[in-house]
Amino acid sequence: MKDVFIIGVGVVPARPLSPDVSYRELIFEAATKAYEDAGITNKDVETFVAASEDFNEGVSIFDEYVPDQIGAVLKPVHTIGGDGLMALAAAYLQIATGGFRIAFVESHSKLSNLLTPEHIEEFALDPIYFRNTRLDPKFLAGLDMQSYMARSFAPCDAFANVVCAHRKNAMKNPVAGYPASLTPEDVLATKPVATPLLDGMCAKPADGACCVILANRDVAEACKRAVAVDGIAFYTAEPHPDTWKWGCATYAELCAKKAYKMAGIESPENEVDLVEADDRFPHKFFEHLEALRLSKPFEAYKDFANGKFSKKGQVPANLSGGHLGIGMMHEATCLYQLAFAVKQLRGEAGEAQLGKVDCAVVQSWRGLPTQTGALAVLRRWG
Amino acid sequence: MGLKLRRKVAVIGAGLTKFMRRALETGRELSFYAARQALDSAGLRFNDIESVVISTAPDAFDGVHMKTEWLADGCGSFHRPYLRGYVGGGSGVFALIQGWYMVASGMFDTCLVVAEEKMSSCQPHPQGAFNTIFDHTLERDLGVNLLWIFALEMNRYMQVHKLSLEEIALVSVKNKKNALDHPSAQIPKAVTVEEVLASEVMAWPVHRLMVSPTTDGAGAVVMASEDVARRVCEKPVWVEGVGWCLDSAFWTNRDLYYPDYVEKAAKMAYEMAGITDPRREIHIAEPYDPFAYKELHHLEGLGLADRGQAPKLLAKGFFDRDGDLPSCPSGGLLGVGNPIAAAGIMKCCELFWQLRGEAGKRQVSRPVKRGVAQAWGDLMQVGTVIVLGV
Repeated sequence: MKDVFIIGVGVVPARPLSPDVSYRELIFEAATKAYEDAGITNKDVETFVAASEDFNEGVSIFDEYVPDQIGAVLKPVHTIGGDGLMALAAAYLQIATGGFRIAFVESHSKLSNLLTPEHIEEFALDPIYFRNTRLDPKFLAGLDMQSYMARSFAPCDAFANVVCAHRKNAMKNPVAGYPASLTPEDVLATKPVATPLLDGMCAKPADGACCVILANRDVAEACKRAVAVDGIAFYTAEPHPDTWKWGCATYAELCAKKAYKMAGIESPENEVDLVEADDRFPHKFFEHLEALRLSKPFEAYKDFANGKFSKKGQVPANLSGGHLGIGMMHEATCLYQLAFAVKQLRGEAGEAQLGKVDCAVVQSWRGLPTQTGALAVLRRWG
Repeated sequence: MGLKLRRKVAVIGAGLTKFMRRALETGRELSFYAARQALDSAGLRFNDIESVVISTAPDAFDGVHMKTEWLADGCGSFHRPYLRGYVGGGSGVFALIQGWYMVASGMFDTCLVVAEEKMSSCQPHPQGAFNTIFDHTLERDLGVNLLWIFALEMNRYMQVHKLSLEEIALVSVKNKKNALDHPSAQIPKAVTVEEVLASEVMAWPVHRLMVSPTTDGAGAVVMASEDVARRVCEKPVWVEGVGWCLDSAFWTNRDLYYPDYVEKAAKMAYEMAGITDPRREIHIAEPYDPFAYKELHHLEGLGLADRGQAPKLLAKGFFDRDGDLPSCPSGGLLGVGNPIAAAGIMKCCELFWQLRGEAGKRQVSRPVKRGVAQAWGDLMQVGTVIVLGV
């Protein structure tokens, strides 16, 4: 049964630097666009959810600074310490209680304010066992990539090809911050971050904001362009690196199992028309595709090379450009990917538009050093 | 709200660690102890839990970025879904609101709700972390801390209603005394109004004994759908209403004498619970009391006293444990302690025990069928309210 629908999205074009605007102005622009897209005003919204992390904002209890620019003063508002899809899930759950008609979700990034983002990531490591190693948490990504390569026998250029494809895809996404035409050699010539992970394989930070408006069936029926949220899930697998299962994405597997069941998807390869997965490192993209049962274990790189995930392939993936092409905005990028999927389902994706898209899957990961992610199954409706 | 809710949700177990100044346990361990107690009290195991809510206030206290990822396994979130809802000091009560919507949505039948705070990790004092809640452009460089802004709010409250310090000090006397009967309490004490007023002035008119302490601790509850609750629990405590509300971040533009955000949150919760006359229909209250005046402020916002009248009722014994409407029978934050998010859960645990008649020496003398708990936080900005009943 379809109970929750997306009735509006608003996206601010992502860019590496935004010295001319504050985070409040970014959010205001995205919120205004979302309200216009949904054809409602802030007065119609009954509950608001934001996604943010204090350390990335440079502010403790950042939820204080959410309500004014989204029109939510003296309304039910709360923040989710998680990614944008987890905030979407929180809004979904509230509507599913039957108590709310319309919910608003906000996420943003002002990462250009961070002078040393690697030090922020370091603070996410266990203060007793890991932090005193003084290692950039990307060493965990390097280990994970090493594990994936050892088990899959994927060559280095398989990962470089992902970067080239996704940044090229971004050239057709007007809100992407890192569109580029690159060769694998360009990527492989970049400096190592944590061997075998190279700098050119890591998604680069961007500033931006994205808002999404959800509604119940009664409201959605009056809206001509609603998209159904058919399945949603969020999971934490093994929270600490000492218990991680390396070279795979268990959290995404758990999410897929639950969300596919909700959406009645039995054969994702044949039923999903578009997938938008977290690709802040190319090996994670492969791990995620495998966890979503779109490739067999350790074979995603082969399927990728064979064109399965290209625009004309069986399951087009990350046509938005993903993290690599849009930019890495922590909590927000997955909502950019979600907004892109919504436009595809509505047939409004412009140059990037596939043919008719009936079902799209958007998957997120909270990033290093977590094993937490979320997944949403969206379907054309009406 | 006003729509038809799909499911009833109950609290079926509660647990609380000892509240203390410098816990030797890590945050993960404190969380585990509280979670384990709550599960034991519900007669369930971790494997019976389908979802988890983890609540904690600023990451800056523990100095851990994405702190709930770090706490996750201590809270039972290993191969499980969890969410961290976040409204600053209001997070503890909001955690139950979040547990409510997790279960009421129909997506989960059980939810383990855990709140943890370890403020002692923040050296030399958590007020340093609190400075970072202020606007980085307009306010932070002034060196402001929470004592200063609450002193402003207390002053305004006293000025508008022409209140005396003695009237405010009575809150400290009541709550610290109530806490003498709470096994988790950090600073229970029999004090007099004179002793409160003789304590050090922190920021006029706030005196040391009018302020809750910095605390380490954790609390947890188990929430369940009606089917599960009726199957596994003899005395489920039902979530009858929830409400939350966030005001503008521009706190300097508001008249601080009255908490509109608490009033709106309370109205939302009362409407859901079908409460039209809260003073008659609510039998016990656990309003948020990090500062003595805040309990009075919040009682008025909750509609349990007219504006400016809470101090008069307090002086008459109306809010005593054996009074007409017992308020903070637990001992509140002023007596039990204030591990921010865990303090909010402590209030909900108190309602759970009181409504089941299991509060021991703290059990109020009147029969109680319905209670309200409330928390508050951010820049004097958020109200979170839950109504529980049997």
